[in-house]
Amino acid sequence: MEKRVLFKSTWLPWLLLAPQFCIITVFFFWPAGQALLQSFQLQDPFGLSTEWVGLDNFKALFSDSGYLESFKTTAVFSTLVATIGIGVSLMLAVLADRIIKGALFYRTLLIVPYAVAPAVAGVLWIFMFSPSLGIVSYWLAQSIGFQTDYLLNSNHAMGLIVSAAVWKQVSYNFLFFVAGLQSIPKSLIEAAAIDGAGPWKRFTSIQFPLLSPTTFFLLVINLVYAFFDTFAIIDATTHGGPGRDTSTLVYKVYYDGFKAMDLGGSAAQSVVLMVIVIALTVFQFRYVEKKVNYA
Amino acid sequence: MKNRFAATALAAVTLCLPIISQAQTEIQWWHSMTGGLNEWVNDQAKQFNDSQKDYKVVPTFKGNYDESMATATAAFRAGNAPHILQVFEVGTATMMAAKGAIKPVAEVMKESGVAFDPKSYVPAVAGYYTAANGQMLSFPFNSSTTIFYYNKDAFKAAGLDPNKAPSTWPEVVAAAAKLKASGSKCPYTTSWMSWVQLESFSTWHNVLFATQNNGFGGNSARLTFNSPLHLRHFENLANMSKQGLFVYKGRASVSVPSFVSGECAMFTGSSGSYADVSKNAKFAYGLAPLPYYPDVAGAPQNTAIGGASLWVMAGKKPAEYKGVAQFFKYLSSPEVQSASHKRTGYLPITTAAYELTEKSGYYKQFPGTDVAVQQMIRKTTDKSRGIRLGNFVQIRTIIDEETEQIWAGKKEPKQALDDAVRRGNEQLEKFEKANKS
Repeated sequence: MEKRVLFKSTWLPWLLLAPQFCIITVFFFWPAGQALLQSFQLQDPFGLSTEWVGLDNFKALFSDSGYLESFKTTAVFSTLVATIGIGVSLMLAVLADRIIKGALFYRTLLIVPYAVAPAVAGVLWIFMFSPSLGIVSYWLAQSIGFQTDYLLNSNHAMGLIVSAAVWKQVSYNFLFFVAGLQSIPKSLIEAAAIDGAGPWKRFTSIQFPLLSPTTFFLLVINLVYAFFDTFAIIDATTHGGPGRDTSTLVYKVYYDGFKAMDLGGSAAQSVVLMVIVIALTVFQFRYVEKKVNYA
Repeated sequence: MKNRFAATALAAVTLCLPIISQAQTEIQWWHSMTGGLNEWVNDQAKQFNDSQKDYKVVPTFKGNYDESMATATAAFRAGNAPHILQVFEVGTATMMAAKGAIKPVAEVMKESGVAFDPKSYVPAVAGYYTAANGQMLSFPFNSSTTIFYYNKDAFKAAGLDPNKAPSTWPEVVAAAAKLKASGSKCPYTTSWMSWVQLESFSTWHNVLFATQNNGFGGNSARLTFNSPLHLRHFENLANMSKQGLFVYKGRASVSVPSFVSGECAMFTGSSGSYADVSKNAKFAYGLAPLPYYPDVAGAPQNTAIGGASLWVMAGKKPAEYKGVAQFFKYLSSPEVQSASHKRTGYLPITTAAYELTEKSGYYKQFPGTDVAVQQMIRKTTDKSRGIRLGNFVQIRTIIDEETEQIWAGKKEPKQALDDAVRRGNEQLEKFEKANKS
């Protein structure tokens, strides 16, 4: 079934598109163009002197081994955030979907973290896992003798920022999964149950396939979230350390642009980031989406 | 009834008239002081406003030092810069290079006809904010320096003399070993890796942190903190770290609670941490000068400056600059300075304020509070005036990143320092290129 509307006049479709186009121009094309322009310039913070340096900013970026390293960091971080985030929230959603008593209460509870600002989330996790002050790190050391030290151990640091980022995003994913699960007709599940399919079988052969559009949507959203929205968490917890082991691409953009006021370098990085996300989105819609069943 | 109302209204209007006709000139002051320091800033503005009728200083908190600076540069681009901006010492070179964006303090004072003598300021403080031609560019406001703190109770428990702080690095190592033997999990820690262990370390030992007299000579400075002496110090620290004598507790001032809570017995950090230590430490503590290597000629010299200064932004009306000048004159009076010094732990910026504080018996009453001043009031050398480099925010982060590799055991001190110098120099080259004058 294909949806296609035929317009008789040639100007009407353009007119209908105009409002959307205006918004995109103001909020996307214009700033993106600015970023592109600045990435070719070297400018002092006050904007008093601007020098055209061509591709120098990009050359500097790619000759910096630390920058290439942060691609890897970003890949690890986003993969972990997206998979763990989607996995955990799917599990929670299935569990919450089965609950009959107090369902609303549990759902509300699970949505609360979404209302917390990323920086605040970061601080919360620091309070729990700080090597000398954290309550959880203290408890871990006391009970099982596990010493957490995100200050010098990069795996611990990565664990910390992934946990904080996932914890914040789980609510959002959860909402969509619960809605998706609720829209699956009960009769389908019941019929399967009568045929003797256990809960796991029902989940793998009915519920999960029917959730595939939701899962795909969340995959895109979560990757974009991990790429763009997590710098506040990193800034509040590890500052990209130890060394540069948790410095993701977007954290570096934020740090160089807003803290170190290196506008050209920061703009060049955002252009790189923009290219990556465009490529990733194209890839997802071209190849991953084929596996999605919109039925 | 109606008459009485009209009479009151008339009286009110007549009373208000002089105030209305004599409109006050508002002076915007953006700062980064939080908590008790925020109250301090507000009190200073209020006291100045109450002391005269022509000007009204309006202090506004604009976030951390780096945030307020970013906000102010954006505001400047939009034509809404404040009159006065508090900028941390790390941003000094950036502000100095922004010639069209700032108005030198010396010029503001001169044009407003306010007497101003740069010589009355503590040399290491004023020198830092002074251009090569001797013109004072920004007004020193809250200056701090690095000092050594120690836990007297822990010293006693370890069999050390609680009234004698280790004054050299070998003594620190020996004391740390004894503290560890007595059960201390963290004998020594530090805050501000770059500021304490490299910048102050350099000026204290009278060696260069960067060429061009640490950046005072111009924008072509390059880093030199991988010299044999610096390397020796970091090898020393790395050994201490391996033996559990030095414990890394994080960047910036994150490590301060480790000392205040009693976990770490020795600590090097800002003299400004005194406010926190004196308020919250539940043990006897001592303040002492920074340790040094006794075999280095010229050591100890003086430590490097930290904290912030006030910059005057360009493009305002002459009447407003007059107000700024009056406000600065008020701030630098010995009474105001001395009161601020006692209240905040920041350095007194004028020699007169220091002498006044001494006369009041404050240093006798709170022993150790003069350590920071003593380290700073010496005559500075070309190598010890301070570190003033472009893109310094990034360079400090690079130093954090590279030295963390040492404590994590991933890099040898030599490689870490060499890498930090190389990466830092890239930043300096970039700054030089962006600020060709």
